[in-house]
Amino acid sequence: MNVLSRRATAGFLFPGLAVIAIFMVFPAVWVLYLGLTDESLTGIKSVMPSFVGLGNFGRIFQDRFFYNALKLSFIFVAASGWIGQVALGLFLAVVLHKERSWLKPVLKAAAILAWIIPEVVVAYLWIAFLDRDFGLLNTLLGLVHLGPVNWLYDHALFSIILFNTWRGTAFSMLLFTAAIETIPPSYLETAQVLGASAWRQFKDIILPMIRPVLLTDTILITLWTFNVFTPFLLTQGGPAFSTEILPVYVYRTSFQYFKLGHGAAVSTILLLINLGFAAVYLYAQRRRRA
Amino acid sequence: MMRTRYGTRPFILAALVLIGVFFLLPLLWLVSTPFSAEPTLAVKFSQPSLGNFLKIAANRTALIAFKNSLILSGGAMILVVVLGSLAAYSLSRANFSGKQAILSVLLLFSSVVTGVAAMVPIYTLNSRLHLIDTHIGVILIFAAGFLPTAIFILKDFMDRIPRAYEEAALVDGSSPVQLFRYVAFPLARQGLAVIAVLTFVNTWSNFLVPFVLIRSNEKIPIAVAIYQFFSEVGIPRIGVISAYSLLYTLPVLVIYFWISRRYGFGFFGGIKG
Repeated sequence: MNVLSRRATAGFLFPGLAVIAIFMVFPAVWVLYLGLTDESLTGIKSVMPSFVGLGNFGRIFQDRFFYNALKLSFIFVAASGWIGQVALGLFLAVVLHKERSWLKPVLKAAAILAWIIPEVVVAYLWIAFLDRDFGLLNTLLGLVHLGPVNWLYDHALFSIILFNTWRGTAFSMLLFTAAIETIPPSYLETAQVLGASAWRQFKDIILPMIRPVLLTDTILITLWTFNVFTPFLLTQGGPAFSTEILPVYVYRTSFQYFKLGHGAAVSTILLLINLGFAAVYLYAQRRRRA
Repeated sequence: MMRTRYGTRPFILAALVLIGVFFLLPLLWLVSTPFSAEPTLAVKFSQPSLGNFLKIAANRTALIAFKNSLILSGGAMILVVVLGSLAAYSLSRANFSGKQAILSVLLLFSSVVTGVAAMVPIYTLNSRLHLIDTHIGVILIFAAGFLPTAIFILKDFMDRIPRAYEEAALVDGSSPVQLFRYVAFPLARQGLAVIAVLTFVNTWSNFLVPFVLIRSNEKIPIAVAIYQFFSEVGIPRIGVISAYSLLYTLPVLVIYFWISRRYGFGFFGGIKG
């Protein structure tokens, strides 16, 4: 028995879908067109933009700041996403799985706090932590007669990589912990009885069992790290564009230099890359089920 | 073989201590500075004082921003819960082909259309609709971003409600709106509560959307106000920033704690962000 008539079904579905369609789906499609115009944030071009064809894309591919941002984004994703969050998260999940000391709850709580505190707050925590004159990091280094180091100025890229690792590792750690808990304990117990080393247990039992989760996690972390804007709050892309990852580049061209058409063209490229990540994700999910 | 295990144990312990310290250190400032009588960027546990919290009470921007955050998150929460539950109920009870496909496509969109790249067309759209610098403009963007996930989760809750209740209500002559209002909505309230608090926490923490879409100081939420406080030229008001940050963070911590106690951390693994 159908409890809802077709009219009721459509009526209930419509308002939600309308909001999604207008304020999410439409902009995502519209950006393809905007990238072909000289839309601007202010002035006459914000009211009557004209069609410039592929001109924006031509200019992007000649813009050395775009290549700079592309390169920095790649380094940022590889270092803070893959080596940082995924690898560190996996290490913590594996090691903490059998850990029984007080270290485990403390470490987990600290990592989770770093992950859930709002981004403006964590940004300021790190500005304080890395401050040249008063920051806790330099104070501690001073105890062993090192520094002071001007982290956010002389090692800006390294700083935001460290920051983003700290910020997001909890997600991978929790995901891998959940995956490891699904491995039948008898597998690992048998291996232990047979005298397999911790490394062999990891390589031959844990890793093959959690491989699908590892792939899922890596794709999600890549997608998120690629789009994250928080480093802007720490360095504003500087000094001298040394931390201008792609989202910060889009922000600068669109909202500081007012060139929305140009920004839309870059956004199109970013959204297509995102779509690529999502496609890989869906493909992997489908293969898992098949 | 066992020897290698004991051999690596000290190294692993040392690594864990180091990583633990790495995660803990940046957090200390948020615990120490709000209560410090002489707040600086350093971590010091001096004589405790509540002076910084009193400064917030005297700061007009801080108070207005608090109200604005409540409006934005509250508005998004109501919109997501009402529209999301209606749509989820409809999808749960409907029998048309492709309803699963609709959900999948929407989820795909909501994960891909994200970050600054999405803000460029969103800004342009809102400016054409005269929604720049309005609260409703931000609320609609928040709602559109979170609705697909909300509908997905709520549909799950709705699917678990036995249809017998609705069939009985139908026999009594209830209209579809009454079915929703008096049967489905109350029975799904657990799921609705989760969606409500998750929407609240997500939008409360969001910086980018209001940062781009709101212009005037009278309308900014806490996230943007804190950024303005610390990027201000001159001597930053560290005392205000630290105490304000702590107050701003507390509801987020309480809500996450509540959800993880009830549903475990796995539940919102894919939802935050």
